[in-house]
Amino acid sequence: MKRRLLLLLPLVAFLVLAVFLYRGLSINPSERESALMAREFPAFSLSTLQDPQRKVDASLLEGQVTLVNVWGSWCPTCRQEMPQLLDLAERGVRLVGVDYKEQGADDVAQRARGTAFLQQFGNPFEVNIFDPDGSLGFDLGVYGAPETFLVDAEGVIRYHHTGYITAEDVDQIILPEVEKWQ
Amino acid sequence: MAVMRNAMRMAMFKKAVPGKAWLATMALLTMTVLLHSVSAIAETVEVRSFGNPVTEQRYRDLVGTLRCPKCENQAIGDSNSPIAADMRERIYLQLQDGRSDKEIIDYMVNRFGDYVLYNPRLEGRTLLLWGLPAALVMVGVVVLIVLVRSRRKARMGALTQEEQQRLAALIKREGDE
Repeated sequence: MKRRLLLLLPLVAFLVLAVFLYRGLSINPSERESALMAREFPAFSLSTLQDPQRKVDASLLEGQVTLVNVWGSWCPTCRQEMPQLLDLAERGVRLVGVDYKEQGADDVAQRARGTAFLQQFGNPFEVNIFDPDGSLGFDLGVYGAPETFLVDAEGVIRYHHTGYITAEDVDQIILPEVEKWQ
Repeated sequence: MAVMRNAMRMAMFKKAVPGKAWLATMALLTMTVLLHSVSAIAETVEVRSFGNPVTEQRYRDLVGTLRCPKCENQAIGDSNSPIAADMRERIYLQLQDGRSDKEIIDYMVNRFGDYVLYNPRLEGRTLLLWGLPAALVMVGVVVLIVLVRSRRKARMGALTQEEQQRLAALIKREGDE
C-alpha cells in the first residue's frame, strides 16, 4: 500500500507545478509594488511648471494626503486619465502633478507644451512640479507615465498606481486608499 | 511603414495578384522587415568611452546584470527604452564619481526594486528561489541511492546456484522442443 502511494508522487508534483504555472499566466508583470512603498517621498528641489522662479521641495506634500501624478504631454494615456483626475479633484482630493520629461528645444518650449496640455485637457493639479530631465521621476522609480503615488500627511508614500487610473479605479481603489490614510 | 502596409495589403489579397508580383511583394516584405531589425539593433545603445579598461568592464557588467524595469526581459545594456538609457547614464556618472558596484546597484534597487536584479540577492524572501534547485538535486540523489540499493538487494535475492541450473535446464528443454 505504501509503495502504491509512492506512485502518486509524480502526479502530485505535476499538479503543484501546474497550479503554480497557471497562476503565473494571469500575473501582470508590469504591476509590481513600488520600491518606495512606506518610504518618504524623495527629496527634490524643482521649479513649478507655471512659474520658473518658484522652487518647491518635498515639504509641499506635508500636511495633507496628496495624490502625486506623473504625466507628460507626450504621453497619450495621460490624456485618457485626465477626466478621472479632474473627477478626483472635484471630490476634494488634493492632486500635485509632475510634468515628466517634457520634450522641446528649450525650457520655454518645454513649459509651453506642458501648459498647452493642461489647457486642452484640464488642470486638476494644485501645483505642477516641472521635471524635464526626469530626475524626480528617476528617484521615484518611474519607468513610464502615467504613474500615481499616494502620499500621506507625513510625506510617506502609501500607494502606487502604475498605468492609468480608470473610472472604476477611482471608486474602487483610489478613493478608499485616500480615506484610509486621511 | 507605408511600403510595409502596401505589401501587407497586397499579401492579404494574394489570389488577385499574379505570381511574379506576389514573389516581388514577398521579397519586399522580407527586405523591409530585415532593414527594420538592423536599424533597431544599430540605434539601441550609445557608445561611452572610459579612461581605463577596468571601469569600462565594470560598466559593461553593470549594464548587463541590471534588468530594464520597463521592458521586462532585457538588460538595460540591450534596451533602447528611455528609462534604460537614463539608468545607463546614471551608472556612467556614478562610475566617474568613483562609486563602487555595490553602491550603484543599491542605488538602482532603492528606486526600482529587486526587479532590476538579474541575480537576486540571497535573503529571506529569495531563499526558496535559491534553495529549491539545490533541494531538488538532493532529492534526486536520495532517489538514486534508494533505487540503486533496492536493485542491489534484488540481485542479492536472486536465484541460488541450484535454482539457476534448473532454470537453464528448463530453458534448454523449451528450446529443444
